[in-house]
Amino acid sequence: MPIKAITPDYHGDFKDGVEKFHGNQIVNIHWEKHLMFAWPMCVPLPPAMPFGALIDGVLPGIFGAHPNFKQIDWNAVEWKTSKGPFKPDLAKSLTDNGIGHKTTISFRTPGLNGVGGNAVC
Amino acid sequence: MAAEGNAKPAKKLNLKENYALLTRGLGWEPSYEKKEDIFRNVDFEGVVIHDWDKWEDPFRLTMDAYWKYQGEKERKLYAIVDAFQQHNGQFNVTDARYVQALKVFINGITELEYDSHRGFNMLAREFPGVGPRIAAQMQSLDELRHATTQIHTISQYAKYFTGMNEFPYQFDRVWYLSIPKSFFEDAVTSGPFEFIVAISFAFEYVLTNLAFMPWMSGAAFNGDMATVSFGFSAQSDEARHMTLGIEVIKFLLEQDPANVPLVQKWIDKWFWRGYRLLSLLATMMDYMLPKRVMAWNEAWEIYYEQNGGALFADLARYGIKPPKRAPETIAEKGHVAHQMWSVFYANRDAVGFQMWLPSDEEMAWMSEKYPDTFDQYYRPRYEYWKAQEAAGTPFKNSTLPQLCQVCQWPCLFTESGDPTTLSLRESEYQGQTFHMCSDGCKDIFDDTPEKYVHAWLPVHQIYQGNCFLPGVDPTAPDFNPMVEALRYMGIKPGVDNGDFKGSADATNWEKWTSRPANIHEGAYTDAVRDTASTADVTARKAG
Ligand SMILES: [Fe+2]
Ligand SMILES: [Fe+2]
Repeated sequence: MPIKAITPDYHGDFKDGVEKFHGNQIVNIHWEKHLMFAWPMCVPLPPAMPFGALIDGVLPGIFGAHPNFKQIDWNAVEWKTSKGPFKPDLAKSLTDNGIGHKTTISFRTPGLNGVGGNAVC
Repeated sequence: MAAEGNAKPAKKLNLKENYALLTRGLGWEPSYEKKEDIFRNVDFEGVVIHDWDKWEDPFRLTMDAYWKYQGEKERKLYAIVDAFQQHNGQFNVTDARYVQALKVFINGITELEYDSHRGFNMLAREFPGVGPRIAAQMQSLDELRHATTQIHTISQYAKYFTGMNEFPYQFDRVWYLSIPKSFFEDAVTSGPFEFIVAISFAFEYVLTNLAFMPWMSGAAFNGDMATVSFGFSAQSDEARHMTLGIEVIKFLLEQDPANVPLVQKWIDKWFWRGYRLLSLLATMMDYMLPKRVMAWNEAWEIYYEQNGGALFADLARYGIKPPKRAPETIAEKGHVAHQMWSVFYANRDAVGFQMWLPSDEEMAWMSEKYPDTFDQYYRPRYEYWKAQEAAGTPFKNSTLPQLCQVCQWPCLFTESGDPTTLSLRESEYQGQTFHMCSDGCKDIFDDTPEKYVHAWLPVHQIYQGNCFLPGVDPTAPDFNPMVEALRYMGIKPGVDNGDFKGSADATNWEKWTSRPANIHEGAYTDAVRDTASTADVTARKAG
């Protein structure tokens, strides 16, 4: 049902369109079963950034303090967005991997499920 | 005139006549303007009212009596506040950790009183019925009084402790204060009927006791006579507000069956929004009170599950069901306080108060209160973090969160049946993606995306470059966006935030009171001379 408002056809302006982020897009990244990092991490990234650069250049700064991080076998990592699982092509850009503005990427690291196997750590 | 000798004194009115004249008698029928031109905002929500006179005055109070009672309350309260200040009552609280809770209160709650004042002011203008207009006018004044008494009372603490001196500035800027701010602004920008159902019923009637009872007893138990005094001064006002809340619901439901689905939708929405706001209280109760009175899950059981259960059983005869997302609140009750404290701790450099890890004594209490959740999920996390602190590599997160488009909390909540999986929700709307923290918030977004697309989400605003002070150059080589965003928010890095141990508040507390800043950890500095409390802690640690 459309909103009921004093002004007919009321519609708020979109506050967070991609054009407002100075050439970047917003990407949220969540490491599943590592809830010490208790939320998807929100970062502005260039859409042309190769997926491999996300892994090598961005994720260590966010998650590097976790003892599991160094043990990750990146070939075994399972990636997904709200559209379902995907296999990233590391040489291709975020855009070409289907990562758009405000996409949330979740990844799972099989065998690594938090400090001592406790997923909230 | 006495000189004429024959003037009769004015007829003394009986109580009933006096009451009628000073309430309903204050209204009038317009003669040269049409009613619909005067009350222009009362129809668009679709609420049907046949007879405004069916409104029972819930307060049974005339305006002159109102002023008299409130004046008396003010005189009593300010006598206590004066005495509190003269006797340096700010040093009588349990320890300096308690003061951190007051920071959350003054920065995040007091402004809501003021917003509530504004909201009820509008209702006092917009309702055609005299009864509800007078009720709204009185509540509007009550709320203004709550804001001012809280500011005056807490100002004594602000003279001695950090982080309380810029509350109106911070309320409009600090990233996590957009949570309470957006809650009330959502209500104030709704129509008059949605506002009154949201605030008077869902918030004041269903949820306020939860805020009021445990929190005020917590203040008393921790020696904060100032907060207790403004709390009790506000309590008789609250009783009136709750009566208004239940009267509103009954009036709307009895006026026309067409109102039932609207009221149900607003109850579902505002119960959920109110509950999400109160999650803050969960962590304040369980973690920020050095001496605790009751755990969050116990409060939720008493004040929502039992009292709320009885209320909604009573409303069933109108066709009203319990709030749609109530089951989620019950499923979360063993988790929410712990999840929130963890998040504040991990992000302690980005908040306006100081943080600590729970002591052994506190963790033992939590194991007892939360037997199904604490030892399994949260104790291991705190123990790991304690070990990290001891090793000199304390854990910190430094990346901003994905926020919920509706409640504006970070998406930190977990699935009802699985505390190891975040409950992430998304909606696509006109080609754009929006994130929600829960099904409750997704329901709200999907119902009126037109409103929520323009939520001012602090994280996105920071990344758009809108949260820096004038003159800051984001292209400068030494530009640090986190530090600059904190400065914009009025938070002084290294003073207002970070670890409690070693903070100005903790150090000053020990210097000024000779007592430990954290009663569970013993002295941080050699200023502590109160050997009884130190010996107590030493003995407990040894044993
Ligand atoms: Fe109030
Ligand atoms: Fe939410």
